Amino acid sequence: MTAAPAPRVSRLLAQPEARLALIMVLVFAVMAALAPERFLTPQNATSMAFQFPEFAILALAITITMLTGGIDLSIVGIANCCAIVASLLLTRLAPGAEAGVGWLLLSYAAALAAGAAAGLFNGVLIAFGGLPPILATLGSGLIFTGLAVALTGGTAIMGFPASAAWLGNGSVLGLPVPLVVFGLLAAGLSLVLSRTGFGLKVQMFGANPLAARYAAVDIERLLLRVYVASGMLAAIAGLIIMSRANSAKADYGQSYTLLAVLIAVLGGVNPYGGYGRVVGVVLAVLTMQFLSSGLNMLQVSNFARELIWGALLILVMVINTRTWGFRRLRRRLPTAAPQGETR
Amino acid sequence: MTDRQPLVVMTGVTKTYAGITALDDVDFVVRAGEAVCLAGENGSGKSTLIKLLAGVEKPDRGVISLDGVPHAAMTPTAAAASGIAVIFQDFSLFPNLSVAENIAFGAELAEGARFVRGRHVRELAARTLERVGVPLDLSATVGMLPVAQKQLVAICRALASEARLIVMDEPTTALTEREVRALLAIIQRLKADGVAVIFVSHKLAEVLEVSERVVVLRNGRKVAEGPAAEFDARSLTRHMTGRDLAEVGAAPLDPSAPVLLTVERLSKAGAFADIGFTLRAGEVLGISGLLGSGRTALAKALFGLVVPETGRVTLDGREVPLGDPLRAAGAGIGYVPEDRLTEGLFLTQSILRNVGVGRIEAHGRGPFLDMAGLVEDARDWLARLRVRAPDPEAPVRSLSGGNQQRVVLARWLARAPRILILNGPSVGVDVGSKAEIHAIIADLAAHGLGVIVISDDLPELLATCHRILVMVEGRIVEDIPRMDATEEGLARRLAS
Repeated sequence: MTAAPAPRVSRLLAQPEARLALIMVLVFAVMAALAPERFLTPQNATSMAFQFPEFAILALAITITMLTGGIDLSIVGIANCCAIVASLLLTRLAPGAEAGVGWLLLSYAAALAAGAAAGLFNGVLIAFGGLPPILATLGSGLIFTGLAVALTGGTAIMGFPASAAWLGNGSVLGLPVPLVVFGLLAAGLSLVLSRTGFGLKVQMFGANPLAARYAAVDIERLLLRVYVASGMLAAIAGLIIMSRANSAKADYGQSYTLLAVLIAVLGGVNPYGGYGRVVGVVLAVLTMQFLSSGLNMLQVSNFARELIWGALLILVMVINTRTWGFRRLRRRLPTAAPQGETR
Repeated sequence: MTDRQPLVVMTGVTKTYAGITALDDVDFVVRAGEAVCLAGENGSGKSTLIKLLAGVEKPDRGVISLDGVPHAAMTPTAAAASGIAVIFQDFSLFPNLSVAENIAFGAELAEGARFVRGRHVRELAARTLERVGVPLDLSATVGMLPVAQKQLVAICRALASEARLIVMDEPTTALTEREVRALLAIIQRLKADGVAVIFVSHKLAEVLEVSERVVVLRNGRKVAEGPAAEFDARSLTRHMTGRDLAEVGAAPLDPSAPVLLTVERLSKAGAFADIGFTLRAGEVLGISGLLGSGRTALAKALFGLVVPETGRVTLDGREVPLGDPLRAAGAGIGYVPEDRLTEGLFLTQSILRNVGVGRIEAHGRGPFLDMAGLVEDARDWLARLRVRAPDPEAPVRSLSGGNQQRVVLARWLARAPRILILNGPSVGVDVGSKAEIHAIIADLAAHGLGVIVISDDLPELLATCHRILVMVEGRIVEDIPRMDATEEGLARRLAS
C-alpha cells in the first residue's frame, strides 16, 4: 500500500480536468511571479471577474454544441444581433434613457427570444437540412451579422436607461453580476449534462450519431434543442457585452469566436463529440483570463495575443489528439473486413 | 512442386489487442503458385493474420519473412513492394472511375506517374484482362458493374501491380454458383502463372477444389494444417469449431400462436419489391440472401431506417408508421444492426450507458433523469444476458465481440419489444458466444417475442429459425419451414 500515491497521482492526471487545473495553477503562478505588484491585487481580481463572463458564456455555447460533435460559429453574430434587438427596443419603442425596468426586462426577453429563434434556424439547417454544423453556422453567423448591420446601419446604438448598466457592471453580495450569471449558467449546464436525459443523449449522440439513430434516439429534436440553447446562451453573452459597453454594435467581440472555441477545447471537450465537462471549461476560462491579464500587464500587443491564442489552440489539439486520435483514425479507416473479426 | 520458393514465411507470430490474444504463436507458409485456404470461424484470427501480412498491423512477437528476408515490422509499403495484394470483401475500388483506370491505378502510382496516361492505362488494363482470360468493357464505370465483375477488376488491379500473392477475403460470399465456377477457373490460371493465392473463407466446399493446402485457425491458434485432399466439409467444421456441431434447432412453435406482425406488399425501388410475410408470437423467422439481395434494406425498412414507397406493416393489428425509427421502436419493434461497431455501439461510452440509452424516457423524473434507476435497470439486464463485464462503468469497446452484441441486445430487451430484428446476430462473435446468443434467441421466442434473424450464415439460420425466407434480387422467392430446409438446398436457392 505504500506505493499507492504514485499511481493515484498519475491516474488523476490522466483526467483532462486535473491536468488543466495544474496548468491553471502554473499560469497563475508564472503571472504572479512576473508581475506580482500588478497581478496579485484586489483590483486585478475584480477587473478579471468583470471581463471573462461574456466570452465564458460563449464558451458554454460552444461546449454544448461541440458535445454533439458540432460547433456553433454564429455565436458572436447572434450575440450582437440580440443585443441590437434589445437596444433598438429600448431606444426606438421605449423612451431610451428614461425607460423603466419593465422596458429593460422586456428588451432582455426579446433578446432571448431572438437568440432562441437564431438557434432554431441553425438547428433546422443542421437537423433537417443535414448541413455540417461548421458550415451551417459559419453561413448563419454572416447572416446574423448582416442583419445586425442592416438594422443599425453599422453604427453603435446608445442611450440606455441607467438600470441597463447593472447586468454588466453591478454587484450582488460583493460579486460582479456577470460573474454570478456565468456561475449560474455553468452550474445549470453542468446539471443538465449530468442529470437529465437530454444531457445524456447529447453525449451519446456525440459519441456515435449513427448508433444514436439506430437506438431510436430523437435526433432531430435533440439537435434543435442544442442549437436553441446555444443561441440563448449567445444572447445572454450579447446582453452582458451590451451592458458593459453601454452600447450595441454589429461588430463587437470579433475575436470571441476563436477564444470560445479555444476555451472549450482547452477545457477538455472533445471536438469530435461525446466528451466534455463544464468544470473543465470553467478551469479553461480562468486559465485564459490569467494568461490574458498577465499578457496585458506585460504589455504584449493585441496582435501577439491572437497569435498566442491560435498557437495555444493547435498545441492543445495536438496534445489531446494523442488520446482522441486513435478513435478518430479508426472511424476514418474503411471497415476492411466487414464480416470478419474487428479486433 | 514442393520445393517451390517460399514466398512468405511467418514464424511464431503473436498479436494481442487490449489483452485479448488474436493470434497465438502461429506459423504460416505460402509458396509461389500455391493456393492456400485459410479457414476459421469469425474471431479465429483470420483477419488479424491478413492484416499482419498486408503490413497494416505489427506482430507483438514473431517474424515475417518475404522472399527469405525477415521483416521485424512489416509496413504496407513493404508488403505491396514485395507483391502482396489483399482483396477485401468490399474490393476497395473507385466506383466513379472506369474499369481501365481502376485496374491501372496501383501500377501507375508505383511508377510515380504524375499525369494520367490514357493510352498507357488502357494497354495495361487490356493486357491484364487478357492474362485473366475474361473480356470486360474497359471504359465501363466500375460502380455500375455487377459484384462478380467488380471482383474481377479488383483481381486485375492486383495483377497489374505485379502481385505475386493475392489474398482474397471471403471471395465467394456475394457470388452465384456460376460466378464461383468462373472465379475458380481464373484462380487456376493465376496459379499456373506462378501467382500464389490465399483464400480466407468460412464456406469451403468450392474453395477446397482449387486449394492445395488448408490451414485452420481457431481462437488465434493454428489447429490443423494439411493437403486439401485430406479435408472435407465435416472435418473442417470440426476443426473450426472444436466440436461436432450438433446444435439443437428451435423448439416447436405452438400452432395456435397469434400472428404478431404482418407485412404486405412492401416495396422500395432498387432494394426490394412486393415483400409480404407474417410473423407469429414466439416464432423465429430467418431471412437469408446474398449481399445485395435486399435483406438488410428490408430489415431497415421494418425499423423505419429505410422508407419504402408502398406497403403496409401491422403489429398486433395496428399499423406501424413507416420511415421513422422512433415510432417503429415505440410500436414495439427493436433492431440489432449488422455492424455493431459503427451502428450499434457508442464505443467510448460506458457499458451501462450503452444499455441505458434506450430507456432514458422511461426513467424521467420531472426534468431530471433517475440515474440510479437507469443504472439499476441496465445492471439487471447485463446480469440477465450474462454479459461478462468486470467493470460496467468501463467503455463498451473494452468488451469482446460476443459481450458487445449482448449489450446491444440488452438495450433492446430493456424496452420490452414485441418484435426483435437481429441482423447478423453472431457476426464477429467467437464460437462459444455464438451458441449462447442462439440460446438467448430461443429463450426470447419461448417468452412470446417475434424474432427475425437475418443472416448469410446458413447453419445459424438452421439452428435458430422455425421458418426461413430466401431473398433473391429484392424478392422473397421461397418460404421454407425448418423441417424441410437443408444447408445444401438453401445454398442452391440463394445462388439461383
